Amino acid sequence: MSELTRLPAIELQGLLNAGEVSAQEVTQAHLNRIAEVEDSVRAFLHVSENALADAKSIDARRAAGESLPATAGLPIAVKDVLCTTDMPTTAGSKILEGWIPPYDATVVTKYRAAGMVALGKTNMDEFAMGSSTEHSGYQRTANPWDLERIPGGSGGGSAAAVSAFEAPFALGSDTGGSIRQPAAVTGTVGFKPTYGGVSRYGVIALASSLDQVGPVARSVIDTALLHDAISGHDPHDSTSIASPWPSMLDAAVTAAAAPDLTGVKLGRVLQLDTEGFQPGVRQRFHQLLELASAHGAEIIDIDAPHFDYAVSAYYLILPAEASSNLAKYDSVRFGLRVTPENGQVTVEDVMAATREAGFGDEVKRRIILGTYALSAGYYDAYYGKAQKVRTLIQQDFTKAFAQVDALITPTAPTTAFRFGEQLDDPLTMWANDMTTIPANLAGVPGLALPMGLAPEDGLPVGAQLMAPVYEDQRLFRIGAALEALIVARDGHHVSALVPEPGQPRGAVG
Amino acid sequence: MSDITSEQVRHLANLARIALTDEEVQRLTGELGAIVAAVEKVGEVATPDVEPTSHPVPLGNVFRPDVVGDTLTTDQAMAGAPDRDDSRFRVTAILGEEQ
Repeated sequence: MSELTRLPAIELQGLLNAGEVSAQEVTQAHLNRIAEVEDSVRAFLHVSENALADAKSIDARRAAGESLPATAGLPIAVKDVLCTTDMPTTAGSKILEGWIPPYDATVVTKYRAAGMVALGKTNMDEFAMGSSTEHSGYQRTANPWDLERIPGGSGGGSAAAVSAFEAPFALGSDTGGSIRQPAAVTGTVGFKPTYGGVSRYGVIALASSLDQVGPVARSVIDTALLHDAISGHDPHDSTSIASPWPSMLDAAVTAAAAPDLTGVKLGRVLQLDTEGFQPGVRQRFHQLLELASAHGAEIIDIDAPHFDYAVSAYYLILPAEASSNLAKYDSVRFGLRVTPENGQVTVEDVMAATREAGFGDEVKRRIILGTYALSAGYYDAYYGKAQKVRTLIQQDFTKAFAQVDALITPTAPTTAFRFGEQLDDPLTMWANDMTTIPANLAGVPGLALPMGLAPEDGLPVGAQLMAPVYEDQRLFRIGAALEALIVARDGHHVSALVPEPGQPRGAVG
Repeated sequence: MSDITSEQVRHLANLARIALTDEEVQRLTGELGAIVAAVEKVGEVATPDVEPTSHPVPLGNVFRPDVVGDTLTTDQAMAGAPDRDDSRFRVTAILGEEQ
């Protein structure tokens, strides 16, 4: 493995700008790494044929004296939920196999403008429905820490690619935890911004009142670096926030340089630190609270009683919105068309046959559930009540943030589980997101960072920080400080401990 | 406990335009019953006095000048169509014989 693939993006950026490495060298190193490990990790649905040419063009422009953004030449992996005119875009679904969108997502336009080089499109649960990436219509992505285990979902491809050093950072999308939960189980960092912080134009929609795009990386600083490149107002997205954002990178770099939490009030959510969580997750979580406390933070217990209803509300709201959003896959304008062969058929028969053939089990399950929740006579009982729970959860957050600066929880209740373990049990699978869903329902930002390895299985465990809406920068300040304190305590970052694919994990001390 | 019938699932599949197989209908009938029973939990706290929330962050209408923006060309918009006739999407008959 080339050393270049192990470097943080912030260091690669320094080398690129100093002319010590070329964009081609950096890109080639990552393409080599992809070739080396993809047989076992399978994080990518598509590896770009243009990556080297794109990198060469950056080098040529830099050599010609053109003033380029500092980020020019940094490679990036792109979740397949984002529309790209130069790569197929499928959202992990067979119904969009081979589809080349006619326009770029705004986030894609932004990384191009930042001079970043796309390495490829990463695997995901079909239409981002899942917590294990096993619901991809194409392939199973392995967790680099243990090839028999899931990389989380829906953004398992982006998290696995970053964890296995196939890319320094990647883009994800988070509707109920699809950035943060994969980060937790792969020992990486993931950020779900405030709702509206990043444009969703050209992002294949799952549930529009919940979806948000964000960055995935191996450190809080690199996550901030990518976030600064993609965030901001977009006239193409009427839900994007118009006011400008402060630099997350500056906040993270400053906080990491002198990590101190004096005066910071962190709220431990009682509902998200219970007997139901894996013992090793709780142990590392409590050690993290002690560490924060030792460096000045005040830990305050927070009661958020309605968080216990978040998963139920979410699995009414999400399927309802998804059943509507996915109506566009109708065999008419793009994607698959399957025409039944028996007798005279109408366009409705074609639609039904196409959707039967093109959608996987989980997508069908959620569309049928959503159709039920929205149907006449049931709307008030289900969707209407779920929207009320949303209000109650927001009120829990408001009360909490009157007492504390940020909430802190484990990012996921367990470490990575084995393939197939929960595949036939949707309710168990859905419960994996109990920690992450409240942030989506309330629109608040959430930052997931590794906090160690679980002693019982040697797998990564993550901590999640949440702040009030618009206070994204606060999370990068606290998160970068916590990360620096963890590294100082352990002597390494969790992400550095990942074994080479297929090799055994080291023992946990 | 809700009791979802296979008849209901067939009806929902028809509304959602998914030609489920009999095996899928049977499986989904059981799953949907269990799921609905679980998510009904929202009724415990969603009392009449609570206002519903549709969006996480308050949003207002967004207006822009009434001028042509950056739009797709016809060919770009048609590029992914499974079947087309010049500038139109071509589909199977919209009416059956009995209609």
